[in-house]
Amino acid sequence: MEITKDMVAYVAELSRLKLSDEEAETARKGLGEIIGYMDILNNIDTEGVEPMSHAFAVKNVMRDDVVRPSHDRAELLKNAPKADDEAIIVPRTVE
Amino acid sequence: MNICEMTALELGAKIKSGEIKAPDAVRAVLDEIKKKDPYYSGGINAYLLTIEQEALERAEDVQKRIEAGEFEDSPLAGVPIAIKDNICTKGVKTTCASKILGDFKPPYDATVIEKLNAAGAVIIGKLNMDEFAMGSTGETSFYGETKNPWDHGRVTGGSSSGAAAAVAACEAPCALGSDTGGSIRQPASFCGVTGMKPTYGAVSRYGLIAYASSLDQIGPVAKDAADCAAILDIICGKDEMDGTSLDVEHKSYLDELSGDVSGLKIGIPKQCFGDGLNADVKAAVLGVAETLKAKGAEIEEFDMPLIDYAVPTYYIIAAAEASSNLSRFDGVKYGYRAEGFEDLTDLYMKTRSEGFGEEVKRRIMLGTFALSTGYYDAYYKKALQVKALIKKAFDEAYEKYDVILFPAAPTTAPKMGESLSDPLKMYLSDIYTVSVNLAGLPGISVPCGFDKDGMPIGAQLVGAPLGDHVILNAAYAYQQLTDYHKKAAEKFGKEAE
Amino acid sequence: MAWETVMGLEVHVELATKSKIFCSCTTEFGGEPNTHCCPICTGMPGTLPVVNRQVVNFAMKAGIALNCDITRYNKFDRKNYFYPDLPKAYQISQLYLPICRNGRVPIETESGLKKDIRIHEIHMEEDAGKLIHDEFNDETKCDYNRCGVPLIEIVSEPDFRSAEEVIAYLTKLKSTLEYLGVSDCKMQEGSMRADVNLSVRQAGTEEFGTRTEMKNLNSFKAISKAINYEAKRQIDVIERGGKVIQETRRWDDNKDKSYAMRSKENAQDYRYFPEPDLPPIEIDDEWYDATRDSLPELADAKKRRYMDELGLPEYDADMITGQKALADFFEETTALCGNPKEVSNWIMGELMRKLGDEGIEAKDMKLTPKALATLIELVGKKTINRNKAKEIFGIAFKEDLDVEKYVKDNNLEQVSDEGLVLDIVKKVIASNPKAVEDYNSGNKKASGFLMGQCMKELKGKGNPGVVNKLLNRELNK
Repeated sequence: MEITKDMVAYVAELSRLKLSDEEAETARKGLGEIIGYMDILNNIDTEGVEPMSHAFAVKNVMRDDVVRPSHDRAELLKNAPKADDEAIIVPRTVE
Repeated sequence: MNICEMTALELGAKIKSGEIKAPDAVRAVLDEIKKKDPYYSGGINAYLLTIEQEALERAEDVQKRIEAGEFEDSPLAGVPIAIKDNICTKGVKTTCASKILGDFKPPYDATVIEKLNAAGAVIIGKLNMDEFAMGSTGETSFYGETKNPWDHGRVTGGSSSGAAAAVAACEAPCALGSDTGGSIRQPASFCGVTGMKPTYGAVSRYGLIAYASSLDQIGPVAKDAADCAAILDIICGKDEMDGTSLDVEHKSYLDELSGDVSGLKIGIPKQCFGDGLNADVKAAVLGVAETLKAKGAEIEEFDMPLIDYAVPTYYIIAAAEASSNLSRFDGVKYGYRAEGFEDLTDLYMKTRSEGFGEEVKRRIMLGTFALSTGYYDAYYKKALQVKALIKKAFDEAYEKYDVILFPAAPTTAPKMGESLSDPLKMYLSDIYTVSVNLAGLPGISVPCGFDKDGMPIGAQLVGAPLGDHVILNAAYAYQQLTDYHKKAAEKFGKEAE
Repeated sequence: MAWETVMGLEVHVELATKSKIFCSCTTEFGGEPNTHCCPICTGMPGTLPVVNRQVVNFAMKAGIALNCDITRYNKFDRKNYFYPDLPKAYQISQLYLPICRNGRVPIETESGLKKDIRIHEIHMEEDAGKLIHDEFNDETKCDYNRCGVPLIEIVSEPDFRSAEEVIAYLTKLKSTLEYLGVSDCKMQEGSMRADVNLSVRQAGTEEFGTRTEMKNLNSFKAISKAINYEAKRQIDVIERGGKVIQETRRWDDNKDKSYAMRSKENAQDYRYFPEPDLPPIEIDDEWYDATRDSLPELADAKKRRYMDELGLPEYDADMITGQKALADFFEETTALCGNPKEVSNWIMGELMRKLGDEGIEAKDMKLTPKALATLIELVGKKTINRNKAKEIFGIAFKEDLDVEKYVKDNNLEQVSDEGLVLDIVKKVIASNPKAVEDYNSGNKKASGFLMGQCMKELKGKGNPGVVNKLLNRELNK
């Protein structure tokens, strides 16, 4: 199928990627070629086939409702590009 | 034989017997890395990081404990091992070879790391890879491509590029890689080493930075099948931290290696030996069938037409999951954060655009597309349906055969720079590996010859779900009869002297 | 022109599990920012979720109690969006196969209207974190303590036509979930949150109007006000020839107004897909039956039992079963003193008044069943009189009181000794000649005064029956 400029812009926005015009055009062509190739799947009749998200019939893997100690806060925050002693900091979110 | 030439089990036995001290083994390997690896001195760039101090301290400790009688049932105690950089190591940088994870030091160890530590293995460093395991050549690493030890002008394959190259070049006795669509088996084949993707769920994924969660699996890269069995013995098993890990009675893979293949039924899918397969590769892989046949295995050809649809199915599913898995890299909690942003959305956009490489961005967009409103049914859902059909085809095949044999890749290692310009061509080269991930099967790549340029060829033995011991034994039997798997150590181990 | 308001509700309820839905961190409310967190709930790379079994149990209980079909094979899905309160950048939820579907909640409004509200589905999901805005530095802090707290979202069909129906439904939901013990349903703390989807149309038409979604409704009162405000706003818009815009509006409880939330600049496309990290959940008959059989008696059944077996009036039975805490209190107190009618009278009278005066809910009061049971017993045995009992009740309502000891320590036992009472009666008659004279001339009021004087002399502890009998005898001599 044909990938349009608008589709690339939409997908880039959903993916939170900023593309220059040139990058967008490259992406349009690249994705178009790849997605076009993927259309060969339409050769297969999948009518009535249950989509398979897990290859094995594993089910009901659950844990008991038991509280374990939480992690050291400083350890959890130390990788953040911006944080104070108690929390990660981001630019003000819109309310 | 010097330390670097030995298999992990040989080295482990000598450490156990006291012939070699664990810290000496670590030192020998670290020396080798210093000699052959540094990128800017023309090295192969298999490592992103070595942890010399920690490794030596750890080796001293293990050595003492071995002398005190510990690790008796642990054949790899004191043996150095290198880890692909998408497996979390507590306090040690784990970057997925991406700029966006820059200085990320995980606050926890992956389950496989805990298990290796408990078995006395000594982690010596983190290995290069394609960025976020996306790539089939090792060239998408933000930290420079890994070079194929057999020919520095060629790629190692990927994404476990560092793992395959380090083991081939004797810069590590063994390594852990990960395999989502061939990322262990294909570079193992390009570099002339043995690499295995276990059954999906056999090894815990807890701590493996996800690319495509339903396909990712950690596995060993080593000099031979016996080493792979020994490593799998350590890392496999049910993990309460991973809901998809399998609860199966596990015997020792190592103890199950008998070398007996009489009566083993091996299926050869015709569609895997047609157009597009390099003639040298074809001959070498079919040679594996002949060798095993001579030892009593039964060989039969069969039809597997769906194999042609494995690549598009795989890339839709993997990209879709990746687009979601990689959303958390946004410049807020860890890693790289762009500068000069206007607001939150701009922070996300700038960080991700600057932090991810081209191939990663391409797959994120592809996956986002496949999941977006209006296209989900036509692409993602369709792919899950075809996946079900592929799984069914394999299930039917395993009613007749114990092992399926085909190449690990259609060619030997391509030249540097040939693949990235044409992503679709690169994707298509994964034709022989991705279906195994889609069906969750165990697969092992074993060296089976060389092409006219002297580049290694790998054959792939694929088993039924949980038939890990079956393919390990078939590979072991083959390696009892051949010495292709010894060529790398012979060639690159000598350099250590 | 007659307008009709059409509403559907999305109610989020935090489940009262001990640990989070996908990791073992505590769900406790409050706590220093980011101290109820681990690598899993803060979205560290490489971590994986594992489902808390109790979440499935609780969701199933809620579904059965709300007359839903339980989806025996259900799965989790990922809902993808970028926001700093969601560290993984996806919320694990259920879209394709939610655990419950097709429910029905019978309601009765204050004005007596009875109807069924249909439940479209109930799904399990994880809560997001809290964003704290720092006005001074113009930035936002992320507190992930609430990340991964288990929620169920109960989605109704658009079956509501008035605020009264919405309140009746929410009251019923709250009561049911409290009885089940699956949530404490505190709207103030956000453990129960209702979003209202509202549209208007001309009465008699079938087609739905354009709807808006209202958020940040933190009390029944706010919901009521917000519904009436929004219905009026939409009607005004249409009557002025305008069009209602589909949008999310935020209710401002201080200003009694709703505001359109600035529509997110970015497109909304959640790209749901099956969560690959979580195997499906299959509920077999054994599990289902065990859960169904473990359900406690719910309000409606209780009410019927209180009326049929304990002889309570319908109104009283309805009030008491309306809140689980009240019904529990009633049953425990009755078990201790064996006098359901008397317990009911105390609850309907003194207790309701006190709760109203203090503005608290029954589940937060200090009064113990033991205290009330003791009071009832002491009154029954005539150890204390009813007025004294009410005084003591006032104290026991505020603190955990040992009533028996209190009565004893303060020497409050009722005086029934006829000799002692007679002395007092004689003394009162002697010292109030004017009142006696009035009584004798037929002024019956005077007897009340004399009775009061006697009780005063007895420090309020006189057995009213005994005092009355002796006073009458002496006056009529």
